[in-house]
Amino acid sequence: MSDILSIKDRTAIVGIGETKFAKHLEPSEKELACIAIKSALDDAGIHPSEVNALSSYTMESTEEVEIARNLGMGNITFFSQIHYGGGAGCGCVLHVAMAVATGQADVGVAWRSRKRGSGARPWATVGARLHDNWKYTRPYGLVRPVDEISLLTRRYMHEYGATREHLCNVAMAVRKHANNNPNAIMYERTLSRDEYMSARWISEPLCLFDNCLETDGALACVIVRADRAKDTLQKPVYLHAASQGFGPQHQTMTNYHCEDPLLGPSWATSARLWSLSDIKPADIKVAQLYDAFSPLIPLSLEGYGFCERGEGAAFTENGAIEIGGRLPVNTSGGGMSEAYVHGFNLINEGVRQMRGTSTNQVTGADSCLVTSGEGVPTGALILRT
Amino acid sequence: MAGDEKMVQDWPLPDTVEDEDAPFWQHANAGELAIQACARCSRLRHPARPMCPFCQSREREWRVMSGHGRIWSLTIPHPPLLPAFMPYAPYNVIVVELDEDPTIRLVGNLVTGPDGRIDELDPHEIMIGEPVHTVFTRMADDCSLVRWVRDGS
Repeated sequence: MSDILSIKDRTAIVGIGETKFAKHLEPSEKELACIAIKSALDDAGIHPSEVNALSSYTMESTEEVEIARNLGMGNITFFSQIHYGGGAGCGCVLHVAMAVATGQADVGVAWRSRKRGSGARPWATVGARLHDNWKYTRPYGLVRPVDEISLLTRRYMHEYGATREHLCNVAMAVRKHANNNPNAIMYERTLSRDEYMSARWISEPLCLFDNCLETDGALACVIVRADRAKDTLQKPVYLHAASQGFGPQHQTMTNYHCEDPLLGPSWATSARLWSLSDIKPADIKVAQLYDAFSPLIPLSLEGYGFCERGEGAAFTENGAIEIGGRLPVNTSGGGMSEAYVHGFNLINEGVRQMRGTSTNQVTGADSCLVTSGEGVPTGALILRT
Repeated sequence: MAGDEKMVQDWPLPDTVEDEDAPFWQHANAGELAIQACARCSRLRHPARPMCPFCQSREREWRVMSGHGRIWSLTIPHPPLLPAFMPYAPYNVIVVELDEDPTIRLVGNLVTGPDGRIDELDPHEIMIGEPVHTVFTRMADDCSLVRWVRDGS
């Protein structure tokens, strides 16, 4: 691919910002977005008037014009929104990076603000009659995202011998990381194996602790060209490679109709990602993997090539995904123990790992994989120092 | 109809008239499981759509299936749930792969008959791989849901 324009290492994340995380925050989603974006720009030492590219989720409640009007931005020359909820985050960074690398803009901001803690559960809203694919699932009581992922989880356990012990390994690993991150909602709440095994069911085989948190909060990051990055306040974190992806016959969340439903969107994303990257899975020392539900971690470990198919559950044994293990995962606590803001906190934690400022810093980590939602059309980033 | 009137009112039901897949629901209401097929290359596809993803033909038809399949996966939802489902929790939700084409999978419930409750079977005794066949639960004048019973029952 040497004859095509590549964005490899040509942009960098130079600012990150976030609000507090809580079950309930007073400010509106719009105000939280403004707080996070201003904080990210301050971190970079860039004035809001210099921003000219914006990207967020289609589910974001605040439009680009409102962001620009509040923060006092000037001419905006690139804006995009990405669909599929938690699958969007890394794609937002990729879109802004492409815009900046190709001269469509100079300073890009990606953000997500969400009051999922205060707001209604999206699945609890049902219209008079269903349209689209939901008509084949909701009338049967398959209503919540946890139910949809639980069906894939049960099949995964059946095919590969994964157990609840493995899912517990995931829940305990991210909780341990949160217990060392003062910004994490679960900072002061430890989780033992006994507590996990005796927790109430949500959708068997998934229990309470296999689920992400319900959080109010907002996060943002700032992206500029690599040459400009050298003049900003922070150590630049380069975007080495990125991809979005979903596979043939994919159906969002209820992906039961393709040839092999356990080959989720991470497989499609990963093939392009690694083909664009000089850094390979064996080189990666820390990863931030989307964890709306614990089984997404073993599925992602397989999809992104850290182990063979069916080995993701066993990969979690012996502390391998904890600090000190082969591949520490979700070092801020992730969606299950730091905050669930549609995965954007994984991006900011990836940046902190590359800066060397994580509260769970992985020694010698010079690259980090960050992923968005497995189970929906998704995206992934490889960050490097 | 299954359950009392209030519950059926609150029950999330499919539109059976407006969409590409209206024949699925019309067949179901007549006690048949029909799946869309390409009229050119003959491949089945589900859910219904206007173009064949295998040969890009827009010629399409509906084929009545045998109604037999095997359980591919299951989950057992517990609260919090939609009000309609709360009285039944925990209940089973299964995925069935069809005998005619195992990549055609349908989400449903395992029951003991057309008017059986979704919580009447012990969900922990349901096994992946069990052979099942269709039953049809009338939920409204225009709408029956495709559910499943164990073969031999």
